[in-house]
Amino acid sequence: MIDEPAIRTRDLAKRYDSTVALAGLTMTIPRGAVFGFLGPNGAGKTTAVKLLLGLARPTSGEAEVLGVPIGDRASRRRVGYLPELFRYQPWLTAREVLALHCELAGIDRAAWPREIADALATVGLAERGATRVGTFSKGMQQRLGLGVALLGDPELVLLDEPTSALDPVGRHDVREITRALRDRGVTVFLNSHLLAEVEQVCDRVAIVDRGRVIADGTLEELLRGETVRVRVTDLSADGRAAIARFGDVAEEGGWLTVRGIDAPAVPDLVAALVRAGGRVHAVETAHESLEDRFLRLLGGAS
Amino acid sequence: MTPTLVIARLTVQELLRRRLFLVLVALTLVVMALVTWGFARLPTLGDGGRELGRTEVVAVASQLLILVGFMFSFTLAFSAVFAGAPSLSGDVESGTALAILARPISRAEFVLGKWLGIVATILVYALPTTALQLLLVDVVVSYVPPRPLEFVAFVAAEAVVILTLALALSTRLAGMVGGVVALVLWGVGWIGGIVGGVGLAFDNPTVTHVGTATRLILPTDGMWRGAVWALEPAAILETMRQAGRAAAANPFFAPDPPPAPYLAWTAGWVAVVLGAAIWSFSRREI
Ligand SMILES: Nc1ncnc2c1ncn2[C@@H]1O[C@H](COP(=O)(O)OP(=O)(O)OP(=O)(O)O)[C@@H](O)[C@H]1O
Ligand SMILES: [Mg+2]
Repeated sequence: MIDEPAIRTRDLAKRYDSTVALAGLTMTIPRGAVFGFLGPNGAGKTTAVKLLLGLARPTSGEAEVLGVPIGDRASRRRVGYLPELFRYQPWLTAREVLALHCELAGIDRAAWPREIADALATVGLAERGATRVGTFSKGMQQRLGLGVALLGDPELVLLDEPTSALDPVGRHDVREITRALRDRGVTVFLNSHLLAEVEQVCDRVAIVDRGRVIADGTLEELLRGETVRVRVTDLSADGRAAIARFGDVAEEGGWLTVRGIDAPAVPDLVAALVRAGGRVHAVETAHESLEDRFLRLLGGAS
Repeated sequence: MTPTLVIARLTVQELLRRRLFLVLVALTLVVMALVTWGFARLPTLGDGGRELGRTEVVAVASQLLILVGFMFSFTLAFSAVFAGAPSLSGDVESGTALAILARPISRAEFVLGKWLGIVATILVYALPTTALQLLLVDVVVSYVPPRPLEFVAFVAAEAVVILTLALALSTRLAGMVGGVVALVLWGVGWIGGIVGGVGLAFDNPTVTHVGTATRLILPTDGMWRGAVWALEPAAILETMRQAGRAAAANPFFAPDPPPAPYLAWTAGWVAVVLGAAIWSFSRREI
């Protein structure tokens, strides 16, 4: 059971009438990973999570969550979920909402007070436990949702845009919470389009666009290579062709940008430019950020 | 507690905390006060201030009580629709269903819990108010209808029937739409009952069949007839029976209780429609 991956999907697809929300997702997320699921609006991130939780039914394909086929109620037994667009019963207090979820999650009644107090403290709502949820601000609702997702030591936590309504402190808290979950060996599935955030906490990412995964792997794998900017003049067309093998080349205002180049190859690149008659005035190297990579991937996909 | 009972309890809590319930109870108390005042004045209503005799008081009181009972059953059916029609659709639209259904709970348990919760709320409202009203009438004119328990049972059953329909509609339709559909069907059922009675009175089998068909398709009017029967004193039943078929068209009269097979049909109807609601909601995308 423990050897089972946290999530495994095979050709998981979802179509809404003519809209393809998810076009055959195949992936395996090992236990204990913090997995970032990235993509632009409408890419299919929320759809994927809803399929995993049995909230929507796949058009085709299959998946297991914690070793149990999706749709089976047992697959949701050890799972915490923070939905993207949601509301809790506005007429309940925060504490009552947490108690309700303790009960639905089948947590031993004796453990409720501690679970509830811990959840409230973790998400910074300790003082608001007795407040009606209907009066909560959007960010407070999202904090409460995060608290609900953390109840009862889940083995897998699915967070759909957990920081969309949060202030900078809240975002920082979410990062801390995610790291704490990872330290406890909990698998985290994080939907986001906030790349800086994902970059800070995730060990593996998949980038989806229009229902397809267009890149995936560990952050190192994905961000391997540097970006080099070279200011060069008098470069011949042959010279330009000669450097294509170093990476993706773009030219703008006298600057050549080569992305995805291996760091040790930078002097070779400069040598190649010089050999081709280019006059090199400046060379700048930078580590590619996830955002650059993301935009580049999406640009390439369109 | 099983997930079904957790959802049922949550539903009761929600309904009781809503302002609708408070308003309903407050209005009911006002109406009950008025009705009781009216009943208290009953014995003095003879021509020229003559005191009505006991037989007359019983006759008038029983018929008056049937009208009050109709108003009550109408209010109850309306409230059941207002509680049932937005329940599932509202939870899906607002996003409250997302977090709950992501827990280890089946759709069937969720629907069943909602149904149980609303049924419980209907009983919580209907039992004390009926008991109190009958008690007040008894105090002021010393009249107790012959079968008060059966009356409550039939009126509650009518509400459960229409509630089940509204809940089934709410698996797919927005609250307003489902509510309107359920109420219109309730009205059609009532008219269908009258039509059937007219057919009986004029010995027209086709028209009678229309009435029978509506009573089978939606058993609300059938339950209402049971409630009327429970309120008819024996003397009135005797008189009306002698009037024979002519009385059949009167929607406020029923010579006999609904037959046992019809009661079984109604129970089966509720089970099947509830099953359809579960089936439909299980296929709903949240
Ligand atoms: N219930 C639905 N009915 C019809 N189409 C839907 C439904 N839900 C999602 N879609 C479509 O599926 C596609 C993927 O939507 P999804 O919500 O999964 O995107 P997302 O990646 O979560 O986007 P965002 O970043 O905006 O949250 C979109 O084109 C959307 O219009
Ligand atoms: Mg989304």
